[in-house]
This record gives sequence, structure tokens and C-alpha cells, in this order.
Amino acid sequence: MAYITCDKITLRYEALTVLENLSFTVSQGDYLCIVGENGSGKSTLMKCLLGLKPVDGGKLTYGDGLKRNEIGYLPQQSQIQRSFPASVREVVLSGCLNGKGLHPFYTKAEKERAAEQMRCLNITELADRSYRELSGGQQQRVLLARALCATKKLLLLDEPLTGLDPLVATELYSILQHIHDAHGITVIMVTHDVECAVRHAQSILHVGKKESFFGSCAAYEKTPLGKRFLGDAVEPEHCENCVHEHAEVQHE
Amino acid sequence: MNDLSAILTPEYIAVILLPALIAGVAVSLCSSLLGVSLVLKRCSMIGDGLSHVGYGTLCVAVAMGWAPMQVAVPVVIAAAYILLRLSENSRLGGDTAIALFSTSALAIGILASSKANLTTDVSHYMFGSILAMTRGDVIFSVILSICVVLVYLLFYDKIFAVTFDENFARATGMNVRFYNLLIAVLTAVTVVLGMMMMGALLISSLMIFPAVTAMRLCKRFRGVVIAAVIVSVTCFLCGLFLSLLLDTAVGASVVIMDLAAYLIAVIIGKLKKASQNR
Ligand SMILES: Nc1ncnc2c1ncn2[C@@H]1O[C@H](COP(=O)(O)OP(=O)(O)OP(=O)(O)O)[C@@H](O)[C@H]1O
Ligand SMILES: [Mg+2]
Repeated sequence: MAYITCDKITLRYEALTVLENLSFTVSQGDYLCIVGENGSGKSTLMKCLLGLKPVDGGKLTYGDGLKRNEIGYLPQQSQIQRSFPASVREVVLSGCLNGKGLHPFYTKAEKERAAEQMRCLNITELADRSYRELSGGQQQRVLLARALCATKKLLLLDEPLTGLDPLVATELYSILQHIHDAHGITVIMVTHDVECAVRHAQSILHVGKKESFFGSCAAYEKTPLGKRFLGDAVEPEHCENCVHEHAEVQHE
Repeated sequence: MNDLSAILTPEYIAVILLPALIAGVAVSLCSSLLGVSLVLKRCSMIGDGLSHVGYGTLCVAVAMGWAPMQVAVPVVIAAAYILLRLSENSRLGGDTAIALFSTSALAIGILASSKANLTTDVSHYMFGSILAMTRGDVIFSVILSICVVLVYLLFYDKIFAVTFDENFARATGMNVRFYNLLIAVLTAVTVVLGMMMMGALLISSLMIFPAVTAMRLCKRFRGVVIAAVIVSVTCFLCGLFLSLLLDTAVGASVVIMDLAAYLIAVIIGKLKKASQNR
């Protein structure tokens, strides 16, 4: 039985149907990348997988002993207030809370876990800074560290690369690869970086109004949809607009 | 101005001042702790709404001849639960729902008390009367305050998490509804206790002022909580002293002190910024 099974689910915002008849499964040890155009419903799907939004049709089931408090999550946009007073350490530590039940106070192991994730993401020096005074990319790293702290079995990331510099982005891919390979964490990631997605993931879910795709990366690369998204068409000689303009300039 | 040495006889201190002092410090402690969460969760209105409900309940209790505090605490806890649910899934929007609900409760209370002709007795709860609390009231409020502080400390980390990012907490499997309810219950208890002391009109400022003052001064959650507690207790002590000295109402004096502390914090913040820019 898979961790998550979606059987012909439909997602709506009032009158607007975002996704229809979508079916896919996520099993233990998977590394799934979700791709698609802006506004195609990737974030909505994530919220629904997390139980933040109800399903409006079809069936979504959890299985294989997956509990909600074993999931880590990085939102695309969080509703954190600008003026909230919180230190980086406090924010990262709060990711450890979901495994605690009613036990009060953080244990030494949890503090160690938080410190480790901060080291991984290179934010140890920021630990005592105020979260609201960090740059966008630094904040993103703090939230990533918090998500990693919360992760026991499954990690959901909604565009984790937003605002990260190329070094940290590469680092993030290797961190994800590591926790996936070595710790057996299942990863679901929304991304616009389709090339990296194809390179790192095991399977791809492409969501879209007209056509969607669910399958392995190799199969995805062969579909017309995948070819278009992988940017085969963006070679210079294919750029007809530019060619036209250059041609006109030469004529005059 | 009063001559303090004339008022402060040993007997007055032992029988009236000391119990008031203890109860006041305990309640200031609770209200500042919860105030931080209410302000950060953007629901300071709940404190205000609950004080209306509390006042209404106290009026009814007095009119019926019941023990006011012991009736008010459970009723206000129930109201806190209802207000929370209303603001969660109401078509009216949280603020409106709270205002409608709480003023209705207030109206019922006033109606009951005007039927029973008890207006003088009940106005205590409107403006507060910390120096007129009975020994039973003092003991009751100190015990409840200790409970509130203990529960708050035990759940401190979770209260931080649901205040900071409710969606993340819910998505990663925390029981957000339970912790919201917990905050509401603690707030309800604090409001009723504060009402005896500060009056229904002023209790919500006792919760909100220390929190916003502390937020001006500190940048970390723990720092804010600790600063709020210090500000709240200090302002209470200063306010009580001021009221003895000038023979003014205790509740109002405390709020004036809170206001002064807030203004000082604003000025300190401005000075800090100015010195950084230079
Ligand atoms: N809270 C909301 N209420 C109503 N409609 C919404 C809401 N959030 C999103 N939508 C709509 O649902 C559709 C899907 O939005 P979603 O955020 O899931 O897109 P996305 O695939 O994550 O896009 P992006 O790549 O830009 O992040 C969009 O058309 C959007 O306008
Ligand atoms: Mg999105």
C-alpha cells in the first residue's frame, strides 16, 4: 500500500475548478517532482495532500502507516506576519514539535537535531538573529531547516529554490538526495526547474488544464509535454520572432 | 496627595494591601503572558469580547445571588470556545461575530441587574475594586493564576508554534484546534480574574499594553514574553502605589502606567534607530 493514493481527485475554489480527475500514488522511498505552468494548481494540490484543503471529488487515502506528524512541509508563501518577533533558533526548533505529543520543553536530542539542520543549511551564524530581519533567501533557508526538522517519513516542498543563490540551491539538491538515499525519506517537490527535476527525481507529475502526466522521468522526457517543458524549443534558431526582426533590420 | 504614613497602618497593610498586591501581581503575570499570544495572533478583540461576556455574567450572578467568580469562570470559558468557533467559520467575519455575541451577553447582564436593582454593587466589576476583594476572592484568583502560568509554561513551545505559523503546525500534524482552545480557555480565566481587579472596561488593556510595549523592545519571542511580564508587573506595582498616593482608581492608574511604559518604549526605539543611522 502506498503512502498517498489519489484516485481521480478534483480540487475547486468555489466555482473555479483547478484540477480534475487526477490520479497518482506516492510510495515509501519515492522522489516525486510536480511540475506545471503557473496557476495550474500545484500549490493547491500540496495543500490538499497536507489536509489544509478538503478534496472536492474523488478519493485521497493515506496508507502504509503514514501519520500526519511524520510530514515536513515548506510552504510557497507562508502567512507569517512581517513583524513577528522570533529568533531563527526558535523558528527552526518549532519544526521538532510535531513528534512530541503533549510532552513539554525541547529535549537535548531535539536541540541537537535543530542545530544539525541549521549547519546543513549554513545558517548557524544566524541562529540568534531575528527572523523578520533576514533577507528573503535567508528566511527561505530557515523555513527549510524547520521543514527538515519536522520530517520523519515524508517531506513536501513547494518551490524550495525560490530566492536561494546557486550554491545553496545545489547544496539543497544534495541534501535532498542524501536524506532520500540514506534516511529513506520520501520527497515530494514542486519545482519549475524541470531539468533538475528530471535529473534528480524518480517520477514526475505534470499537472495542467488540458493534459497531465504521471510516470517515470525517462517516460516524461519522451512525451511531447515533457519535450516542451524541457525546453527543446528554446534553441536560438527556433526563436522565430527574433529571426524575423533581424531579417527586417537587414532588409532596410 | 495622601499622607502615606497615615494610611499605611500595619493593619491596613496586612488585611487589605498585601492580599491585593499578591492577587494583582499574579493576575498581571497571567494577562501579560496571554496578551503576547493574543496580539500576535491578531485577535486582541477576543479579550475585549470576553470581558463583555464576563461582565454580563457577573451581573446575572449578582442579581441571582450566586457567587460571582465561580459562575463567571465556566461561563466565560464556554464563551471563549464559542467565540473561537465563530471567528473560525463565520460568514460575518471574526470581529463582527465577536462584537455581536459579546454585546448581546452584556445586554442580558445589564437587563438582569436593572431588574434586580443592584446597579451600585455591580459597578465594581465595571471599574474594578482590587482593594475591596474578599479573602476568598484573593485566594481563588491566586490559585487560578498559578494554574494559568503553569499551563502556559508547560505548553510554551506549542503556543509559540501555533502563534507563529498556524498552517505549518496544522500541516505537520499538531492539534492546532486544541492549542487554540487552550489559549482561549487561559484567556477566559485571566479575563475574569482581571475583571475583579481592573474592571471590565480596562482588562483588555492590561493584556495588550505590556505585549505591544515588549514587542517594541525585543526581537525574540522569549525576550518579548519575559519583557511583557516585567513591564506588566512593574506597571501594576507603580499604578497601585500611585493610586494610594493620589487616591485614584487602581485600575485606571495601572493603565496610565502601562501607557507611560509604552510611550517610553516608543521613544527608546526611536532613539536606538537614530543612533544607528548616525
Ligand atoms: N485561495 C484561493 N482562492 C481562490 N482561488 C485560488 C486560491 N489560491 C489559488 N487560486 C487559484 O487556483 C489556481 C491554482 O493556484 P495554485 O496556487 O495552486 O497554482 P500553482 O500551480 O502553485 O502556481 P505557481 O506556479 O504560480 O505557484 C490559480 O488559478 C489561482 O488563481
Ligand atoms: Mg504554487
